[in-house]
Amino acid sequence: MEQFAPVKRSKDGQPVRYLIVDDSVFARKNLARMIETFGGQVAAEAGDGLTAISEFDRTNPDIVLMDITMPQMEGIEAAERIVQQHPSARIVMVSSVGYQENIVAALQRGARHFVQKPVKPEVLYEVIKYVMGEDGSVANAAGAGA
Amino acid sequence: MKMELIQPFINAADAVLSQGLQGSTKVGNLTMEEDAYRRKGVAGMVALTGDIEGRIVLDLEPQTAVRVASHYAGTELPESDSLIKETIFELANQVVGNAICALNDQGFHFRVHPPMLVTASEGEKTSEDVEALVISFETAMGTVFMNVALRHNKRRLADHAAVGAHHQ
Repeated sequence: MEQFAPVKRSKDGQPVRYLIVDDSVFARKNLARMIETFGGQVAAEAGDGLTAISEFDRTNPDIVLMDITMPQMEGIEAAERIVQQHPSARIVMVSSVGYQENIVAALQRGARHFVQKPVKPEVLYEVIKYVMGEDGSVANAAGAGA
Repeated sequence: MKMELIQPFINAADAVLSQGLQGSTKVGNLTMEEDAYRRKGVAGMVALTGDIEGRIVLDLEPQTAVRVASHYAGTELPESDSLIKETIFELANQVVGNAICALNDQGFHFRVHPPMLVTASEGEKTSEDVEALVISFETAMGTVFMNVALRHNKRRLADHAAVGAHHQ
């Protein structure tokens, strides 16, 4: 898989920490592999919206990658609940169901961005940089291992 | 079944498979399924409800499923690995998700349900108002079969027509 210049947290230069929420183990593994190529760190994984809320509270990640169609509680509702409790939460919806109604609903309820599956690493990377904004910085690739 | 309903699923499967498997895919046979559905191997089903109802099954012969899942995993998986089933589920999800985006642009609204494993070797015969089509996709890792059975939700169509008439 292609390597990207690592995106770090501006405040301490540490890797960006992610919460991956998807009911598919396959999808979670796939996203985790991409995150590694971005120099990020998986703080936690969840397979449904309810678990996502508790994992967010437990790990306080920098970014949440959230699927929409999931058992127990769907991603848009989980995103809304997380943002109600943590207004600065950065949630990126990652779903194959990417039609306008879903995107608008997700953004209205607090998600910061939307990425359609199948996820292209270069697209997700740009979204991560955008969502992190000034709280993220792209490290020099040569110093990635430092 | 109208081709304008089927075509988005064919386009989506073609795009998802060719991107995921990093090679070109070829759309092979397209056949009407008149008898009961017969599973070929590892099959994941996604149900749709809404203006159009039905289900889509992505079905791969066992060895093809192992090759496809191993490709995605980046490592050789044994045939028993649960990740194989997960991979087929996720592929079915992506195909359906991408297809209904196109159909949503045409004004159809849906709810997509989480994928399920098809365990029966033979499904129910489709009913009079449901037509099932089987489309095969030739990939470098083997043939992927997509079985699509959809029908218009007549009640929802009637509701839309009533709303349309009301606004005239």
